[in-house]
Amino acid sequence: MTPLIFALVALAGGLGAAARLALDGIIRTRVSSAFPWATIIINVTGSLLLGVLAGLAAGHLVSDASYAIVGAGFLGGYTTFSTASFETVRLLQERKWLAGAVNGLGVLAATTLAAALGVWIGGTLS
Amino acid sequence: MNGNDEDLPLDPDLDAAESASGAPRPIHLRPSALLLVFAGGTLGTAAREALSLTFPPIDGIPYAILAVNITGALLLGLLLESLVRRGPDHGGRRRVRLLVGTGVMGGFTTYSALAADTARLIGSGSPAPGLAYGVGTVLIGAVATWAGIAIAAAFHRRTLGVATEDDR
Repeated sequence: MTPLIFALVALAGGLGAAARLALDGIIRTRVSSAFPWATIIINVTGSLLLGVLAGLAAGHLVSDASYAIVGAGFLGGYTTFSTASFETVRLLQERKWLAGAVNGLGVLAATTLAAALGVWIGGTLS
Repeated sequence: MNGNDEDLPLDPDLDAAESASGAPRPIHLRPSALLLVFAGGTLGTAAREALSLTFPPIDGIPYAILAVNITGALLLGLLLESLVRRGPDHGGRRRVRLLVGTGVMGGFTTYSALAADTARLIGSGSPAPGLAYGVGTVLIGAVATWAGIAIAAAFHRRTLGVATEDDR
């Protein structure tokens, strides 16, 4: 990876993180729930889009550089594991066992299915 | 709350320095907050990408991303618990939360790569390593987050000598 591509990956990650802050706030002002829907929506959509990108890259419709910048960069910065894990632990500390388990393992299943669906969509488009 | 004597603003979302020009904006739409998260996210993503390039996957399992996500989970637990025990979320504490928590840790850790790699491993014909990678990341990540919170709480009690009701 060239230094320029690396810098673009990093900056795209910054953009993704800023997009996460904005979308998280917009969802939170509309959905008032103890369940962390904002982070879930962000992580599921980011996983779906990374799947689509991977499907397109497998069909050589996306260059390696673009895949790195948008995938590892933007979508990597947009989605977050640390906040998701923090929210899971918060739910468990409040003894909301089911909500905590769903936010941990249920979201893992949902994001994994979203990524697989994305790969299929990307492959169909290629 | 935690022995902090700062005066609280009427609206905790309102920072005095940012409210001079008319109606306050919610944090997530303020250019200053977006800029802090952008800067932190750029640094965090650079660190993740450097580690993931230095330590490529072994047998298809991205150990660098595993380590990044678990370390980031521990550090975010440590950071958020430290901040909340020092006082309400405004001013400098909020700026640190946005820059380091939402920005650096948010950009450093990633869920999309976790999901895509789990899907790829499960789909490659031998689902056991994929399940172990995905479920292992979530379970160890939760323990790491809990450990970060516990370390910050213990540090706060011992070093600052501040005990709150729930600590007793």
